[in-house]
Amino acid sequence: MTSRPTTTRRNFQHPKGRRAVLGLLCAIGLATLSASAGAAAPALKAGVFDPPRVAPDFSLQGSGGAPLKLSDYRGRVVLLGFGFTSCPDVCPTTLSVLAAARKKLGAAASDAQVIYLTVDPERDTAARMKQYLGTFDPTFVGGTGTVDQMAAVRKDYGIQAEKKVFGNNYMVAHSSYVYLIDRKGALRALMPYGHTPDDYVHDLRVLLSE
Amino acid sequence: MKSRAGAAIGGAFAVGLLAILGWAGFAPIDKPASREEVFEIPQGTWARRMAGDLVDILPNEIRLTLGVNDVLLLRNLDDVPQTFGPALMMPGQSFRLPFEVASEYQFACTAHASGQMTVIVYPEPSTPWRRIAWRVREQWSKLKA
Repeated sequence: MTSRPTTTRRNFQHPKGRRAVLGLLCAIGLATLSASAGAAAPALKAGVFDPPRVAPDFSLQGSGGAPLKLSDYRGRVVLLGFGFTSCPDVCPTTLSVLAAARKKLGAAASDAQVIYLTVDPERDTAARMKQYLGTFDPTFVGGTGTVDQMAAVRKDYGIQAEKKVFGNNYMVAHSSYVYLIDRKGALRALMPYGHTPDDYVHDLRVLLSE
Repeated sequence: MKSRAGAAIGGAFAVGLLAILGWAGFAPIDKPASREEVFEIPQGTWARRMAGDLVDILPNEIRLTLGVNDVLLLRNLDDVPQTFGPALMMPGQSFRLPFEVASEYQFACTAHASGQMTVIVYPEPSTPWRRIAWRVREQWSKLKA
């Protein structure tokens, strides 16, 4: 009964023993902190990548006339979507949802940027994209480029796009989700088509608070 | 005598059926420890594909149930990037997709010959009828497997 406290005290007083105990306490403290931080991190409504990778950068023609580079938006949360201005259903729905989410977000929306890249560069000029996106939200930024440039960006992001010809016209069947890129430029999550503005607001609040 | 015996057998059958339906409708669902339904691309999948082996990674249709297994967890354990379901995943990366609404979801997926993957999400088995339906589906999928 008496040997245990003695042994403990002797070890604690020994420089090596003290360092070991301090190290152990630090390790326990760090583990507790990281566990509580992990538990406190709210889950996103979107699908989450783990570990997140750096969102591939691109340099395209922006709908505002200036070059569009993703890396220029570091410090803001970016909602990156792919579509085209002649899209009859998916794109108008997605863009309406994104516009509604920004409105619901209020003042914090100034730190959330929607970037929409065309999957139809043959028809979508910068001017056409500006006019189209402006009908949803004037802050939305569009991106276009050459066919090869846009194909390279789609490949980087795993976006499918297939031209479907109907007589003299064509449509583009394309991936309909939206990527969520955090302030540091990490590709954090993917929101599938069909989510509500409230889901976007929830995830934007989480990412904007980081 | 025959009719009495028949009635007794019929009665016993009805009581048994009611007992089964009662259990299926009211007994709580045994929920798994994790709500994640995990699918993995094993290491070497790309190499096997390149060698002509038609590797089947994901089923064409994935069935999930809210409150039971409503999170799809995809893992790329291969050495090359893979488009898996809706997500382009780097080697060693995982993609965790939660579902909150019962519906049928279509995703473009290069892992399938059809280019499409369907995820059917059923409502939470929170009422007796839903619990019965859930148990019937579970048994049916076990039988098919």
